[in-house]
Amino acid sequence: MTVALRRPLAGSERLPRSLHPLAWWLWALGLATAASRTTNPLLLAAILGVAGVVVASRRSDAPWARAFRYYLMIAAVIIGIRVVFQAVFGGVPGSSGHVLVTLPRIPLPSWAAGIHLGGPVTLEEVLSALYGGLRLGTLLCCVGAANALANPKRALRLLPGALYELGVAVIVALSVAPQLAESVQRVRRARRLRGAPASRRRGVVRTIAVPVLEDALDRSLHLAAAMDSRGYGRTGAVSRRSRRVTGVLLLGGMGALCLGTYGLFDSAASPALGLPVLMGGLAVCVAGLAAGSRRVRRTRYRPDPWRAPEWGVVACGVFPAVVMSVTTGGLNPSTDPAAWPGLPLVPLLAVMVAAAAAFVAPPVVARSPVARPPAAPPQVAHPPAGGAEVGT
Amino acid sequence: MIDLEHVTVTYPGSDRPALRDVCLHIDEGELALVVGPTGVGKSTLLGLVNGLVPHFTGGRVAGRVSVAGRDTRTHAPRELADVVGVVGQDPLAGFVTDTVEEELAYAMEQLALPSPVMRKRVEETLDLLGIADLRDQPLHRLSGGQQQRVAIGAVLTAHPQVLVLDEPTSALDPTAAEEVLASITRLVHDLGVTVVLAEHRLERVVQYADRVVEVQADGTVTDGLPPAMLAATGVAPPVVELGKLAGWQPIALSVRDARRAAGGLRTRLAAVPVPDRRPPSRSGVPALSARGVVVRYGSRVAVSGVDLDLAAGQVTALMGRNGSGKSSLLWALQGSGPRQAGAVAVGGADPASLPPERARALVGLVPQTAADLLYLPTVGDELAQADRDAREAGHRPPMAARAVLDQLAGGIADDRHPRDLSEGERLAVVLAIQLVAAPAVVLLDEPTRGLDYGAKRALGRMVGDIAAGGRAVVVATHDVEFVAAFAHRVVVLAAGEVVADGPTAEVVVASPAFAPQVAKVLAPLDLLTVDEVRSALEAVG
Repeated sequence: MTVALRRPLAGSERLPRSLHPLAWWLWALGLATAASRTTNPLLLAAILGVAGVVVASRRSDAPWARAFRYYLMIAAVIIGIRVVFQAVFGGVPGSSGHVLVTLPRIPLPSWAAGIHLGGPVTLEEVLSALYGGLRLGTLLCCVGAANALANPKRALRLLPGALYELGVAVIVALSVAPQLAESVQRVRRARRLRGAPASRRRGVVRTIAVPVLEDALDRSLHLAAAMDSRGYGRTGAVSRRSRRVTGVLLLGGMGALCLGTYGLFDSAASPALGLPVLMGGLAVCVAGLAAGSRRVRRTRYRPDPWRAPEWGVVACGVFPAVVMSVTTGGLNPSTDPAAWPGLPLVPLLAVMVAAAAAFVAPPVVARSPVARPPAAPPQVAHPPAGGAEVGT
Repeated sequence: MIDLEHVTVTYPGSDRPALRDVCLHIDEGELALVVGPTGVGKSTLLGLVNGLVPHFTGGRVAGRVSVAGRDTRTHAPRELADVVGVVGQDPLAGFVTDTVEEELAYAMEQLALPSPVMRKRVEETLDLLGIADLRDQPLHRLSGGQQQRVAIGAVLTAHPQVLVLDEPTSALDPTAAEEVLASITRLVHDLGVTVVLAEHRLERVVQYADRVVEVQADGTVTDGLPPAMLAATGVAPPVVELGKLAGWQPIALSVRDARRAAGGLRTRLAAVPVPDRRPPSRSGVPALSARGVVVRYGSRVAVSGVDLDLAAGQVTALMGRNGSGKSSLLWALQGSGPRQAGAVAVGGADPASLPPERARALVGLVPQTAADLLYLPTVGDELAQADRDAREAGHRPPMAARAVLDQLAGGIADDRHPRDLSEGERLAVVLAIQLVAAPAVVLLDEPTRGLDYGAKRALGRMVGDIAAGGRAVVVATHDVEFVAAFAHRVVVLAAGEVVADGPTAEVVVASPAFAPQVAKVLAPLDLLTVDEVRSALEAVG
């Protein structure tokens, strides 16, 4: 009997579904932590590869899932900028090392003393810039992987009830940006129709900004009215006392957070002002949020479950972070003198473990093909399934 | 279900009330149709039902409004969300989430319904509206009709007792509008939902209405049974106008009823010759001639090799469903939009190869959102700017923009803000601005949307005048009654190709979707509009 019950259950874990967004974020943060511990280009490349493999095998076909490639491009740009800056500004005359090329030196006026422009470019400096850039780029790509794997909007829905309004504001702002771009494009085309002669182009900003802003305002008013009439912002009956308690907790917590941060960074302050106050403030804030969430009466449609695959994925991400934090050998290869970086075995294996997330996570849901705007005749409505219940 | 007792609404900054002493009672399960010219307070009346007026819009409300026993004075719109569902004109503007399923669940999440109930209701609603196959689609990828049905579904999941719809079909093509209205009538008949519906295209819904509520220009409201109300009002669909002309008692509201009553009329008119619908003849050279026009967006072909000749003095209607390439074609003809292949010639020149200020002297285009062209604070400034632009570009406007506007539509004062104008007035201002450049060809993209019968007649007259002045006019529209009354020629586009092109009577009558009501009632007679029937009756005596 137990066997018969357990088999379908075990099978259902492998059914296609989207993984809890928080699991992907924790996995990616673990990977990012691992990346931040090393400048070994081989390890960093391995981390990039792992992120790429997991994204390729477990992303959906939604628009945000295509974002990973843009993160890769930005990472490449970061590395390029770092190397170029190092080459142009870093050349110090008389520095030891293997000179690769000597750029023409541009003398700067005396007030810019300390800044060098041009000069010899050494292998050691370029390598160090390259490693640093690669580390930064890898960190970024880890965040990109989380963004591509987890629907960012679903991730925002995980905010505690008290911050729900904030989440909605972010979601609305995210959807407004493309609309605004579309609006600008439309108005620019329309401006051409009025044919402003070339002599009077200076009015362009105003002639485009005014209709676009009016449009945006109209749209946000519409949206606000629609949200209001669909019940947004309904609050349960809360006593004045509990509202006050929430307010005091949140304000006090925020104050303590500020004070604690100050204490942490100001070396002259007493050490008691630093970490303890910061932690205390954090705790009070959490209590305030919890109290605030109690007054919100709202439910979630199809909340993402947290099951074994979520634990598995998180473990896959945290493992390399822990291993990299405790091992030290070979993580930061020497750039001066320049040497071929070695490949430490233990960290490499730890990074490889993170790739297992691709198998631990359930397969993604295949979307039905996109319905094109009706080229076909309008479909016949289905007979109501329990339709008599709708409407009363 | 809905009770309004002596309700007067005054908006701040306005000296006269938008609604005056309204008493209205709508019973459970009724479909109440709200009619009236644009800008008289129909939206205010609808807003009262769920408390958006005055909680959201501001203003002073005297009297009492109660819905399902709740007073809107003490209940904000969000407290009424479980009783009243509101659907607006533009579904995209009201969407909060980004996929169909989440949008359907949104209202229920706000009402804190338990998860299993939400699952069940979403499934039921998907089936009820026939959108089950769209469940995980992103909302912005749906067609207009699908979006509007999702918007209706999104309020239905909260199981409201009242559904308020403010011109739900004004942006839709005839087929999509039909889909949406069929869904609405089904809700009324099967589920007993009380529906309050404002709609311009009365010809589609009037036969389903249980009560007609007419908002007058002075803000007073009268209501009654549809036949009596429509016989008395000036805002009536062609089939009702025909009934009034023929003196039918009771007045027919649907084509079916009218056809049964029209036997006598058809025999009387059988001998009448076909009315002369030819445009005033002009020289044989076309004002605009386009060959093989292709417009592509990436891999999607919007217009595939269209040939089109436009004659001066002729009004051409461009029809076809949403997304069939009408707008893309118009923009390509004007020269401001993309055109990957083909040639356009207006008086020997290709407008796309000219700078904008010269292109608009050949072809003037009024885009779908005409307000995009306006950016100054008053109508007077806009008109003066148009004159200045025309002078600087070296056009020789035959008359000032103000004079053109007064010819098109009188009584639009200089000091008004363009955003405060009604749709029809704004259209007239934009038309006047475009006409100052004296283009040989005038293109209008969906000018009829959101216009009431009076404004449409005024627009038809404007279009006729412009054509009579020796210009070629193209109107892209979904409105078959408008086409039947004012267009000489109809071009139908489908998937970027011309599928029909010919005189209005031939193209329009041959198609069941495009035939005007009068033609349907009087077939096989070749009469398209009430005006034609009127002159035919006069000829018969």
